[in-house]
Amino acid sequence: MSKVTLAVLVNNEPGVLSRVAGLFTRRGYNIHSLAVGPTEDNSISRITIVVEEDEQRLEQVTKQLHKLIDVLKITDLTYEERVERELALIKVKGDKRSEILQIVDIFRAKIVDVSPKEVMVEVTGDMEKVDAFIQMLDSYGITEIVRTGKIALARSAKN
Amino acid sequence: MALTGAEALVSTLTEMGVEYVFGYPGGAVLPIYDALYNSSLKHILTRHEQGAAHAADGYARATRKPGVVIATSGPGATNLVTGLANAYMDSVPLVAITGQVHSGLIGKDSFQEADIMGITMPVTKHNYLVKDGNSIPRVIKEALFIANTGRPGPVLVDITKDALMNHLLEPLLDAEIDLPGYRVKTTGHPRQIMLAKNLIQEAKRPLIYAGGGAGDAGESLLQLVEQYDIPVTTTLMGLGAFPGNHPLNLGMLGMHGTPWANMAIQECDVLIAIGARFDDRVTGNLSKFAPKAKIIHIDIDAAEIGKNVKADIPIVGDAKSILPELLGTEKLTHPNWIAEIREFALPKYQANKPNSDPCEVCNVPNLFNATPPPPCKRQESVTPKQVLEVVAATIKDKIIVATDVGQNQMWAAQYLPVDKPHSFITSGGLGTMGYGLPAALGAQLGRPDEQVVLVTGDGSLQMNIQELATIATYDIPVKIVLLNNRVLGMVRQWQTIFYESRYSQTCTGSVPDFCLLASAYSLPAVKILTREDCQTKLPEALLTKGPYLIEVAIDPDESVWPMVAPGASLCEMLHAELTPKPAWER
Repeated sequence: MSKVTLAVLVNNEPGVLSRVAGLFTRRGYNIHSLAVGPTEDNSISRITIVVEEDEQRLEQVTKQLHKLIDVLKITDLTYEERVERELALIKVKGDKRSEILQIVDIFRAKIVDVSPKEVMVEVTGDMEKVDAFIQMLDSYGITEIVRTGKIALARSAKN
Repeated sequence: MALTGAEALVSTLTEMGVEYVFGYPGGAVLPIYDALYNSSLKHILTRHEQGAAHAADGYARATRKPGVVIATSGPGATNLVTGLANAYMDSVPLVAITGQVHSGLIGKDSFQEADIMGITMPVTKHNYLVKDGNSIPRVIKEALFIANTGRPGPVLVDITKDALMNHLLEPLLDAEIDLPGYRVKTTGHPRQIMLAKNLIQEAKRPLIYAGGGAGDAGESLLQLVEQYDIPVTTTLMGLGAFPGNHPLNLGMLGMHGTPWANMAIQECDVLIAIGARFDDRVTGNLSKFAPKAKIIHIDIDAAEIGKNVKADIPIVGDAKSILPELLGTEKLTHPNWIAEIREFALPKYQANKPNSDPCEVCNVPNLFNATPPPPCKRQESVTPKQVLEVVAATIKDKIIVATDVGQNQMWAAQYLPVDKPHSFITSGGLGTMGYGLPAALGAQLGRPDEQVVLVTGDGSLQMNIQELATIATYDIPVKIVLLNNRVLGMVRQWQTIFYESRYSQTCTGSVPDFCLLASAYSLPAVKILTREDCQTKLPEALLTKGPYLIEVAIDPDESVWPMVAPGASLCEMLHAELTPKPAWER
């Protein structure tokens, strides 16, 4: 099994996400993460999908996606030079606030909300960094997590 | 005055060359039916929306033009689902137009509201929800285009009632197709074609395995076969793509294929798959399928390549454009290979050989299992073979065969050779019982100068029997050959083989009296009870003008042989001695 990151450009129309998600369900492919949003062109949305599958099935994923009429372009970013980011919001129990602050500092995360019992932290980075951050906070008592799923963009040519 | 959405719909269909639409009216499509009232478009009123979908499907298969079906919102639309799934599995160009509730009522669980776009997403090539009447002409053109290009398939267009009723703001009838995300690759890659050509020319034991996608390439296929002297086996969907009576036709392969076709697969060194998808009913155990062969896989759908088997030389494109390019200048012959295949039809290979060497492919001791099948209790009853041989001899080359699903379908495939493409109309992928009757009437309307013979069973026929009314009303001259064994034969056959003859829920009994039922629909009918009837009454009914129901009483123990059990290798065939005559001996 290997993980690939696909950038899928689709028509920004009702039901398109449903088509993409439905295809994954129907063919039994595993979605690891999925993020959708508009692009520089209002009529086009970009779906970033991280798929975890063996080699032969990965090829099938791309081919089946290509058959959807609302899919305009698929780029496999796995082997490209790229920038990847994910954002997570995490609520942690605030008993040991100063220790939490130190970890937040190390990860260049941010406290975005404070209440008498909890703090809310925002962190961005690649998936591994977000995973590591969550692991570090785990022992302080995480009460809620939300993650956006990975987005990625290929780097421009340097010459 | 500008047209309404519904009028624009009807005029676009007419302009695009649609001759027939099949359908059933209802509240949400009243504007369409009103527009049809004065139109030259011929509308066939079926008695159930499923019937309309299958009729449009049968019409499309027989004519290679898109079939069009109309149904109302809610239950009308959901009744199309099986028809769409059926067309999707067999790559049939179909455009389904459904009414939807008023756009302001969507999402409110309104009367006869169903999310048909959501429901049909996995069983259509594409679908639309149209809320603005102005886009109707463009969407209909796109739907017809998508349905009938590339790998064909069904497209559903769901239109709200207000979009159908409102007058179009601008004259958008000329709106062009706009599909940036839809690309069809028809020509094959020149390098792949060259590699394939070299491999075919070097092959000692080449074999062609032709599927439904080879139908449009019939002529080139024949040329290719004759130039290179390559035997051909076809799938159920490929029947007719290559002449059924050609001496190089090995017949169907797979679960109920001929022993020589299946053995040719196991022994060939180059397998040329044309428009076929390596379905499990065809390949049996995939890991033991064509073990000695290099595989050339030609398909218009890139996603078919590598889905089930790894192709050595994949070629993505239209067989019609690729096959002529595989032709060379040299004529080749493979007499030894062909003689070897023909030996598999000799009785000595079909007898039990207890001391023979195990099959080197699958390690099964005997190539063919020749213990006798369970005997039929009533030895004097008519056999399916006798019936279908009379049908073939009576109708000859004007025949279009339609089938239902189950034993009737396999017997038709085995005993009714068709020589022309698009003339064997059957539900292959989905295996839809009840497909046959409506599909037969659609095919007959599409090709009025030929004779559609429906081979059906008492189980399948009752699943859409209401379409007898459609046949009677429009006087559609389909000949219905009903093989009545009073059981669900194929399921029962599996119970015999795999479930110790525990016949759970497969006995349907002797109701209804189909001939009485036919006469209730004002259709002529005849019962064939004896072998003598088969020689006299059967041809007479087949040659009578107009529709006819011919009920043949057959023994419930009649089974379809030979058979490869699911998951077994193609060389493990049960009762290989019970096979129709090979084409070269006919």
